[in-house]
Amino acid sequence: MKKTLLTTAMTLLLATGFILPVTIGTAQAQRYAASEGYITFYSEATVEDIEAKNEKIQSIFDTESGKIAYIVPIREFMFDKNLMRKHFNENYMHTEKYPEATFTGTLEGFTWKEGTQEVTAKGKLTIHGITKEVEHTGTVTIEGNKMSMHAEFPVVLEEYEVERPKLLWKNIAEEVLVTVHLNYAKQ
Amino acid sequence: MRKQVLLLFILLGLSTSLHAQDDLLGDLRASSGPTSEPVENTFKSTRIVTGHNAEMRGKRVLEFIIMHRFGRLNSGAYELFGLDNSNIRFGLEYGLSNRINIGVGRSSFEKTFDGFAKVQWLQQKSGDETFPFSLTTLHSIAVNTLEELAFNRPDFPFSARLTYTNQLLIARKFSDGLSLQLMPTWIHRNEVTAPDINNVYSMGIGGRIKVSDRVALNGEYYYQTNRPDGVDTFNPLSIGVDIETGGHVFQLHVTNSRTMIEKGFIAETDGDLGNGDIHFGFNISRVFDL
Repeated sequence: MKKTLLTTAMTLLLATGFILPVTIGTAQAQRYAASEGYITFYSEATVEDIEAKNEKIQSIFDTESGKIAYIVPIREFMFDKNLMRKHFNENYMHTEKYPEATFTGTLEGFTWKEGTQEVTAKGKLTIHGITKEVEHTGTVTIEGNKMSMHAEFPVVLEEYEVERPKLLWKNIAEEVLVTVHLNYAKQ
Repeated sequence: MRKQVLLLFILLGLSTSLHAQDDLLGDLRASSGPTSEPVENTFKSTRIVTGHNAEMRGKRVLEFIIMHRFGRLNSGAYELFGLDNSNIRFGLEYGLSNRINIGVGRSSFEKTFDGFAKVQWLQQKSGDETFPFSLTTLHSIAVNTLEELAFNRPDFPFSARLTYTNQLLIARKFSDGLSLQLMPTWIHRNEVTAPDINNVYSMGIGGRIKVSDRVALNGEYYYQTNRPDGVDTFNPLSIGVDIETGGHVFQLHVTNSRTMIEKGFIAETDGDLGNGDIHFGFNISRVFDL
């Protein structure tokens, strides 16, 4: 019995020692991380247009599998007006409860080549705690070892159960236009 | 033995393949390091009811506040239950930075001007590295400009009109729905009539319960720890509701105090709750981003 345990332990050590580094090693070799980029949204409204920019978006892209993920901390959306940000977080996005929006999916049609190519991002977008399957087009530009990604797509507020402001900033559109731009560097 | 090894490999294989394929999000979170977010929106407005709370106005934000207290509800139909009577304070407040706010105000009661500075020293934080509460201090000065103070006293000094208040505001947002605050307060009045005393020490407690995104219930109470015998003032108790609409916050409340600056409502409330001396009042605030 003792011997069995010992062998198991040894096998475990060996296994973790050999297998894990290999998988991590290959995983990292093809991974690109974006530490630089932004996500904005824009909505036309009668009294004043609403626009916010968030430069704290983070992303990882796996060039081999085409898998991509990004995280957007909601409280980092910056508005022209302080109070808009306060209301955005407290009344509409419920940021305390849902601190981030995320996307995970794949870039279909992606191949590693110099220049700009069109791709389709397909996956799960989570906003305000609600996850939807989405598909939108964008571009990927590769220059040497650098890569950037750009996409613009509409988000229908109702689909994510985000209430539309009624009073001051009334008649905000049903959809807001979201722009994502990410600059990647090899991890 | 062989089974165990096999199982081990299957398990390891499973976990590593899972790791490699599906957890880009997890890796992203892991690589971003420990988080520490400031806790915001502890209160809707900068006042619980009459007293300041831990909420700060942001940099370059100007706020115009009108505070209003009617007369006493128990003053009868002839006075339209207090509505004939009113006290008002106009205030302009400004965010020098996200952590330093200043303000000036003018109250009709005792024709008093006031000025204050409010400084946030510590902010509550959530995330991986948390901090349990926010610490803000309020420093205010009030000038009673009533002319009759100087009647028959040609040598009445200006300094006798002054009152200073220093408050610690210790606040914690326990959840989205519940925020509580403690307000140890020291008020110094340069001149008082015996048996009243120059230094008043009071302990305040207040909080809010959020009913919906735009509506909250608020309450505050100050307990004076050193009221001498023969001084006919009472501890102020105020209960109100906040209603937020776009750029405005309306606060409607009932209270036994009629004044809207610290030295007045904390140290000189003359309404006796037991006697039904209750005032209806409201605050309206409008903020402007400059």
